[in-house]
This record gives sequence, structure tokens and C-alpha cells, in this order.
Amino acid sequence: MDGMIKVTVIDREGVAHELDGPTDMGMNMMELCKSAELPVEGTCGGMAMCASCHMYVESETDLPEKSGDEEDMLDEAFVVEDNSRLGCQLHLSEALDGLVVRLAPGG
Amino acid sequence: MIQTDILIIGAGPTGLFAVFEAGLLKLRCHLIDALPQAGGQCAEIYPKKPIYDIPAYPSILAGELVDRLMEQAAPFDPGFTLGERADAVEKDEEGQFIVTTNKGTKHRAPIIAIAGGLGSFEPRKPPVPNLAHFEDRGVEYIIKDPQFYAGKKVVISGGGDSALDWAIFLSDGVAKEVTLIHRRTEFRGHLDSVQKVMDLAAKGKLRLMTNAEVVEAHGEDHLTGLLVKSKDEGMVELATDHWVPLFGLSPKLGPIADWNLNIEKNAIEVDTFDYSTNVPGIYAIGDINTYPGKLKLILCGFHEATLMVQSAFKRIYPEKNLVLKYTTVNGVNGF
Repeated sequence: MDGMIKVTVIDREGVAHELDGPTDMGMNMMELCKSAELPVEGTCGGMAMCASCHMYVESETDLPEKSGDEEDMLDEAFVVEDNSRLGCQLHLSEALDGLVVRLAPGG
Repeated sequence: MIQTDILIIGAGPTGLFAVFEAGLLKLRCHLIDALPQAGGQCAEIYPKKPIYDIPAYPSILAGELVDRLMEQAAPFDPGFTLGERADAVEKDEEGQFIVTTNKGTKHRAPIIAIAGGLGSFEPRKPPVPNLAHFEDRGVEYIIKDPQFYAGKKVVISGGGDSALDWAIFLSDGVAKEVTLIHRRTEFRGHLDSVQKVMDLAAKGKLRLMTNAEVVEAHGEDHLTGLLVKSKDEGMVELATDHWVPLFGLSPKLGPIADWNLNIEKNAIEVDTFDYSTNVPGIYAIGDINTYPGKLKLILCGFHEATLMVQSAFKRIYPEKNLVLKYTTVNGVNGF
């Protein structure tokens, strides 16, 4: 469908949720997870200031580089891996179609 | 014992505006906040970020919004208990609430308004097994008195200013040995602090382990060692007397969860008629409450605070009639 992408979010119990993400609403992965009632806190509301939307990218999707803010904020997350990202900094666009992420522990 | 009319838990924008609206009705307020300053998330998380949806302010910095709310509340002389978390609530024989903080400060009021946002800000704890067992037995999340570490082996984790500053301070003849562990090679703290840490590490006064994180804590009654997973050195066992993880603060609903209030998904259920909770005399306003159609906006918190104080007035003075008075007609008459 035009303006919609499919992404998969694996929750902390290992259950995969396939979600439809609109690309025309300025949404990001943190917001998409919250709208699907997945356990992502997004405490700061998406300003890369709380690290509560930490997730691992499990697909080979070509993603925009991490900003300095995002890299700094990951310092306050735990179990950070090379594929760690903050969901709030992954803006839904065609480029994210087929993205698979796994929610980081805690929250 | 601190006595007031409305005891507000949480000194963020909603709590501060409640002081103003209560003041217009001649009700006094006192605020409790776990953070050392007023302003809540606006002051703690994003003081330098602009907010664009405050009516009549096309753009205002969050920190500036807090300053203006403080100024607006000032004529009504609110009291503050800052740096303390509201822990316990009980009722006395006169039906007033007594709220005690984690430091033992007691407050008495006929009305409680919980404006706690996402909860009280508490240190973020690393997901290390048995961590709770070692709390205050070698694991501390805040350095209260640096002399506590005199002659001890200390490991600090984190990459921000507090981790850097304490590593520098403790390695200057205070602790016996200081190790700073950080998950990457770059630090987000001030450049001169980063340089100082690098210099101290080069001189051998501080052990710096980057690309590393603590994965296990070891010991019997007291911490004796940490297992560190390092990308460069593999698994490393470090002998230490103390570990201070400094990963910033995150909000937790905390003890309020045990106040017998109806809670749904970490938020307090309220009646939108007056934002009252299921416990008569306790209200919840701002981001901490929930109701059908709830939006977590400062704007909505202001509205909720305004309706809440009307209802609080009627509870305190059931015999008095309340007439809405416009500030434009009467001005603001402080205490």
C-alpha cells in the first residue's frame, strides 16, 4: 500500500509483531511501538533524551547513521550492542520497509 | 510538621500552575519533589528544548516556561520540599492526610494533588544479576560523601559528567584505586573533563576501560569484585570494594503505586469531572493521570489543575459557594 511500510518488532518475550507503519505522519519506531501498545516507554517523548526506546536492529536494512545525540544517549542505556538504536530516532520512511527490531531488555 | 491546604506531589509545570489557580481561591500549597529543583521533566530532561504548543507562546524553552510558572506562582508563596520523595500517606483523626518523605519530613493537608508526571526520578540501575543484594553493600548510585571511599578500590561506570568528575576527584588521593568503565571510547561529558581523565589514565592514576561494561557483581555480604565484558580484553575480573554505576535518572512511579489508588498502565485513574481519584481528597493531574481520551500535554495539565482546585475548595469549605472571578477584574492578590 502506498505510504505504508511493514516492520517487525520482536518483544521481550520473543514474540514477533508485524506492524503497518504510515510514512506520511512523521512517526518514528518508538511511536509506532507505543501505538501498537508494545512495552516501549518513550519517556522523553522522542527527543533522544532518555534511552527508554532502546532496540536492536536485526535486519540488514540500510539505516541513517546515528547522530551524536543518539550515541550520547545510548550511554544511559544498558546492554548496548553494535546494532543498538533509539527507536525515536528511526523515522518511518520507505527505506525502513522490512525492518526487523528487537526490544532491548528493561525499559 | 508542614501544614498546607493542598499538598502537591510533583513540582513540574502542572503542579506549579496548580499553585497559582489554588491561590486565586485563597488556598495555600506546598510541593514535594524528588528532584533538587522545581520544574520536573522540563528542568531535568530538556530545559534547553523549545516547546511550541503553549498557548500564546509560539516557542518557549522548557526551562524558561518553568521560570515563568515559578514567577506566576510566587505571589501565593508556595512551600517546597525538594530532593525528597513522597513515600507514605496516612490519615489522622481529623481526616487530614499526613505524607511522609523518604527523609522523614512530614506534611499535613486536607487535600493531596498528585502531579507526579511519570513518577519520581531515580538512578537508572544496570541489569546485573544480584544487584539489589549489593545495594549499600558496595554498590551506590550516588556519591554523597567522597571520603566514604578513602583508601578503597572504586569502580565507576558511565560516560557523562558525573562519572568523569567523580573519577577525577576520587583518583586525586582519595580512593586507593579508581577504575572508570564506559561502553565506548567517546565520552559525552565536558571536553576538559575528558582530557583530564585521559591524562590521569596515561599517568597510571586511574584505570580507564572503554568499550566495556560490567556484567556481574561478586561477593558474599559485601561486594568484592566485578566481571567486566570488554571488547578489547575479553572477560575481566576486577577486585573492588565499591561500584558506582552513574547512568543518569529515569522516572519510576515508585511508592505512589502502593497508595491504594486505581492504577492503569502506570497512570492513576481519575474522574474527568474534577480529576479526583478513587480515594476522596486525593486528586491526580497532568501526565500521571489517565482517563478516556487522555493526552499527555502540559496544556492539558493546566486545565486539569484549574478544575481540580475548584473541587478541592468545595471539599475544604463545603458551606461556601464559589464564584469564578476573572483575574482581569480582580487582579492577583497574593498572600
